[in-house]
Amino acid sequence: MAAIIELQGISKHYSKTIIGVDNVSLTVEDGEFVTLLGPSGCGKSTLLRMIGGFEQPTHGMIRLAGQDVTTVPPYKRDVNMVFQDYALFPHMTVGDNIAYGLKSQGKSGAEARRLAAQALDLVGLSDKIDQKPQQLSGGQRQRVALARAIVRRPKVLLLDEPLSALDARLRDQMRIEMKHLHEKVGITFIMVTHDQEEALTMADRVVVMEKGRVAQDGRPQDLYDHPASPYVANFIGTTNFLPGTLAARLPGGARVATAAGMVTAETEVTLPEGAEATVGFRPEKLRLLAPGETAANELPARIVEVIYYGLGLRTTVELKGGAQVHVDTLLGDSLARSAVPTPGAEVRLGLEPHNVFVFGGRVAA
Amino acid sequence: MNRKLSAALVLGIPLAWVVVFMLLPYGIIVTYSFWVKTYPTFKPAFQFGNYLTLATDPQYLQVLGRTLKISALTSLFSLLLAYPFAWWLVFRCPSQALRTWAYMAVIAPLWVSYLLRAYIWKTILGTEGILNSFLMSAGITSEPSSLFLYNQFAMVVTLTYIFIPFMVMPIYTALERIPANLSEASADLGMGPVQTFLRVTLPLSAPGIAAGFTLTFCLSFGDFIAPFLVGGPDGNLIASVIQTQFGSALNWPLGSALSIVMLVIVLGIVSLSDRIEAKAQTGAA
Repeated sequence: MAAIIELQGISKHYSKTIIGVDNVSLTVEDGEFVTLLGPSGCGKSTLLRMIGGFEQPTHGMIRLAGQDVTTVPPYKRDVNMVFQDYALFPHMTVGDNIAYGLKSQGKSGAEARRLAAQALDLVGLSDKIDQKPQQLSGGQRQRVALARAIVRRPKVLLLDEPLSALDARLRDQMRIEMKHLHEKVGITFIMVTHDQEEALTMADRVVVMEKGRVAQDGRPQDLYDHPASPYVANFIGTTNFLPGTLAARLPGGARVATAAGMVTAETEVTLPEGAEATVGFRPEKLRLLAPGETAANELPARIVEVIYYGLGLRTTVELKGGAQVHVDTLLGDSLARSAVPTPGAEVRLGLEPHNVFVFGGRVAA
Repeated sequence: MNRKLSAALVLGIPLAWVVVFMLLPYGIIVTYSFWVKTYPTFKPAFQFGNYLTLATDPQYLQVLGRTLKISALTSLFSLLLAYPFAWWLVFRCPSQALRTWAYMAVIAPLWVSYLLRAYIWKTILGTEGILNSFLMSAGITSEPSSLFLYNQFAMVVTLTYIFIPFMVMPIYTALERIPANLSEASADLGMGPVQTFLRVTLPLSAPGIAAGFTLTFCLSFGDFIAPFLVGGPDGNLIASVIQTQFGSALNWPLGSALSIVMLVIVLGIVSLSDRIEAKAQTGAA
């Protein structure tokens, strides 16, 4: 695979003190589905708009298929954007909206209409070609916006929070559809989202952004199982944090002393012994141990609260030292009532060392 | 208060207003237009003599044609000046404060006496006026020119100045309502700035243009101050003729007939513009 987008040291300064994007370098391979993930104001949309040509970077270079396009205006860039609120032309029919970008490519009216019909077919809206955008539902407009962008066969498709305006059920459905569409058309997709679930389910690769910088860049599983920082661990999924000190370095791991007890972790640790450290673990990786059952890490705890949410239970427990953590348990069997813990009960939590993250310093809870 | 009474009031007050201030006066004018003039007064009748006079006497057709021309030119010049200005205000104005001030600068003259605003142009365009003194001091002309005042050019300039706010306001509103990302989408789809303007911005602002054109056209069409102040001998417009018929000529029936003709023309233009706007609305909203 060849690099289709190369960002080299991209920065966007709005003023001396307001920095939107701060020295971001990123390479996107041809055909990849990459998401830029982060909270609002992290610079992800600005980065996308710079790739689209709507904003100019203050520093750095953008290459598209090897060509420097840093100062090339959007109408001369071979990328297309699906806008957050779709930006369909209200005075044109669906067909004319899709054919619009083909006319600028010099295609004849008949050819443009044929390709537009084809693209509409691809998103399953063949019968809407002569309707106006305002006659369509939100989900249908979304599909028209997609069709309008991919019909030009751009090198890269940019998607700016494409699903944020849809209701939850439709959003789930469009996620799958867009992933299939990506597989079908083979165009590189770069999507901006603040929804971690969206990023994890749709993309081959997730770039987590924090305050204008790249916090971590990797496959969804890697980000979830090996977050590079507490920020990533917290932004993707939920993480329990326990403050402590690094008691000992082991081959391929470490032991961290916390108020709740000693926690052994199987992870790359660069901290010196005696350093301040924070251990992190996912709520679903904790187990409530049955009597007689053992685990590599066992933490005594007391049940504080149990919340039932259909799929399973979220249990809040208090560890030794007073820290409260969450335990997620799936209810695999509707008759397993005995598995439901009661508040006040003393329990033991089991945690395997490969499910433990170790970060340097303290984490603000 | 019981429901019937309040319902009667809600419907009755506007109805009374319409009857007293619209239907009644227009009814009187329509009635007059069929009367006969018998100098020095006029008597009730039902005949089409007044309308026949208007249709056959070239003098009236000429005034009507001239009024249409002046109004059309006024609207056209207003459009040519107002559109780029409104476009700049909406899309290119560097700061919100400047936008507010520039917009107010256009609207503010509406609060100044109409007569005064028309009179200003008399002092600008006259032989002793600012334009002539400028041209002479710049050495372009050696003596004051009377070419600028008392002609149709002066009327178009004055009317354009007076009515241009009515062109700027609807166009500004129409442009402001166009989402910014539509221009971006157009650029994204490969259209340059000129194509984007012609294919997206202009069609989407068409309702504003139609509204502005209608307002300036109808307002200039009924104007009689500008011709009186800066118009000169060949500057008679239909409204001034009507004024004369009701005044010195003492021919109310003919004046009424002329008023009705004018009303029909204006209503025709308004309904045409309504249709254009409605068409653009079903497309846009």
